[in-house]
Amino acid sequence: MYKMVEAKINGITVEVKEGTTVMEAAKKVQIKIPTLCKHPDLPPSAACGLCIVKVKGSNKMLRACCTPLEDKMEITTNDPDIVEVRKTVLELILSNHPNDCLKCGRNGNCELQSMASDFGIREDVFRKFLRDIPIDSTTGTIVLEPPKCILCGRCIEVCQNMQNVWALSFLERGLDTRISPAGDIKLSESPCVKCGQCSAHCPTGAIFEKDDTQLVWDALKNQDKYCVIQIAPAVRVAIGEAFGVVGKNLTKKLYALFRRLGFKAVFDTNFGADVTIMEEASEFAERLIHKKGELPLITSCCPSWVDFMEKFHSDMINHFSTCKSPHEIVGTLSKTYYAKKNGIDPAKIYMVSIMPCTSKKYEITRSDEMFASGFQDIDVAITTRELARMIKQAGIDFMNLPDEEADSLLGDYTGAGVIFGATGGVMEAALRTAYNFITGKELEDVNFVKTRGLEFIKEAEIDINGTKIKIAVAHGLSHVEEVLDRVRQAKKEGREIPYHFIEVMACPGGCVGGGGQPYNVTDSLRLKRAAAIYQDDKDKAIRCSHNNPYVQKLYKDFLGKPLGEQAHKLCHTEYKARPIYIR
Amino acid sequence: MNTCTCAPELKEKEKQDGLKELKEFIKDYKPLHDNQGALMTVLHKVQEIFGYIPREAMDVVSEKLSVPTAHIYGMATFYNFFSLKPKAKYQIYVCKGTACYVAGGSRLLERMQEELKIKLGDVTPDGLFGLSITRCLGCCGLSPVVQINEEVFVRLVPEKIPGILEKFRKQEKKVK
Repeated sequence: MYKMVEAKINGITVEVKEGTTVMEAAKKVQIKIPTLCKHPDLPPSAACGLCIVKVKGSNKMLRACCTPLEDKMEITTNDPDIVEVRKTVLELILSNHPNDCLKCGRNGNCELQSMASDFGIREDVFRKFLRDIPIDSTTGTIVLEPPKCILCGRCIEVCQNMQNVWALSFLERGLDTRISPAGDIKLSESPCVKCGQCSAHCPTGAIFEKDDTQLVWDALKNQDKYCVIQIAPAVRVAIGEAFGVVGKNLTKKLYALFRRLGFKAVFDTNFGADVTIMEEASEFAERLIHKKGELPLITSCCPSWVDFMEKFHSDMINHFSTCKSPHEIVGTLSKTYYAKKNGIDPAKIYMVSIMPCTSKKYEITRSDEMFASGFQDIDVAITTRELARMIKQAGIDFMNLPDEEADSLLGDYTGAGVIFGATGGVMEAALRTAYNFITGKELEDVNFVKTRGLEFIKEAEIDINGTKIKIAVAHGLSHVEEVLDRVRQAKKEGREIPYHFIEVMACPGGCVGGGGQPYNVTDSLRLKRAAAIYQDDKDKAIRCSHNNPYVQKLYKDFLGKPLGEQAHKLCHTEYKARPIYIR
Repeated sequence: MNTCTCAPELKEKEKQDGLKELKEFIKDYKPLHDNQGALMTVLHKVQEIFGYIPREAMDVVSEKLSVPTAHIYGMATFYNFFSLKPKAKYQIYVCKGTACYVAGGSRLLERMQEELKIKLGDVTPDGLFGLSITRCLGCCGLSPVVQINEEVFVRLVPEKIPGILEKFRKQEKKVK
């Protein structure tokens, strides 16, 4: 049993569990306390100082984010004194912030900007002290602009503890304090895996996604280009947030939008996901039945996870599925299969991927196999946030567009394809098809609910033809290593392997919580996005990849057999160790 | 950003010997709590062995203590005592704590810069003297104070500075 405490906030009685902070307790009684450093995903850092409140009996103001509510406390969260102090704190923060909001990557959705607006900041009260630190855009995925940093520490917490990557830390102290990779090296030379979680949590424009939208506009304008597009599963359930709608699947409006923007063909990454499953389930069956290759098989469609593995866990390369990620497969097929079928010169095809992910910008040139079609398979990858800006620029009333369908051949998907967007989805999709490949039978119930939800490490046992298949699903990179260590330990001691199949997603919640998704994500929002994805799966008549008629046609007409020569050339990749200094 | 001139880098042989000494130290060092806690002591040792904290030593510390490099860097740049660049043989710390400041600490700093012909944060070309400031040495009653390596000079006036520097130069000649 928890001990409860009862206190008064602004005269309103509130009863909460012992240990609840003043800020959380206040929220329960509809009181908002401003903050720039506290994020619902992260522990308090008490850095910004905006959340100060008065506590009766204390002669100083306390920070609500890190002060636990105590029994009989009497708290005032708002009076003229408090507002004045908060305003001064804000003015001090702004005293070393460059006021170039109009040209900033966060213009319109910056937490600092809206705080300045709320407090009616109209002038620079303190002498400006701007920091001269160069911008780092070396990763080609996220951009670091330290002069705009307010030192809240969110990105550091995310990078070090949530993701266990340790690319970023605070260097120096006092006025010289800055966010940087160790030793002021470039981000591209650091352990950074480009997951972009720092950019999704940053309250200002100090870290943001590299904007590639101009490349897309240029291609659309170019008469010689045949522009085609695809959207990832997680994008369709999050893009609505940029237009005030939460947890709604907008797939068909997106298809309509792309045609209005001038794309000649509209594909869906979910189709690629169905193909990925054909290959990955075959790979699993091969390894399980014919002992060709090592178990556990580990999924590889998350490029940040691939980068993390190549940097820090390259001993696991043999366990990795060699299958390419879904959007890469759609890219390759658009410039081979689709081009051939429609008599289009593949050199003219310009493939745009809309992704929930900053790392996909890195993946498109990661290795030679990303050019399997003879061209760069994906010409540009842009994030959900960039797409939202494009829609607004284009002057389209997006939410009221009529529904349209995707183009056939690379557009129709099954329920298995769409669930790739949530943690556990790839595993669930793969099991649905692997069951068929191993037993020759169809599952009676395709729902594997144990792989769903936000628990960081999910484990389950599935009976396939009398064999107990043990699986693990991990998301959030800090939780992945626990699973890997269990495998390593068992191998070292010569014990039976603890798992046959492991799914890994770098971002908490999987792609729905991706680093390129709309801002202000919380677990409740991740669940709402995932729920919309699972609903799409439930609504589909066909829910297993191997039953997708267009996938069957693709194999019959073009790819041959899963893992066959043509499939291997176009749909698989390789990995190599990319050693880096110890984290 | 940083335009300071530095003391000469260590020779390869010296560096290798230093790394060996560091590994021995870590092997024998039993941390009171955990490896994170050991970091401070170990970094002091690194500073003592090399006169600064070279990257190679950070890599050794990171590996042996299982502490991320990013964390070590954060710590090494946070504390004034640690230096990422070779320090001078005689490091001068002029106190700019409140008491010393009021008692004329900044005049001492000006005179030091004139005498050594270097700016704050720099090292003389011969690697002999380095000039930095410090915050409160804990003897405000004796302000203004200057510390040179382990030696503390109290109630100092600018006129005494040339003589003090000369003392160290002579000391150096004797050693050679």
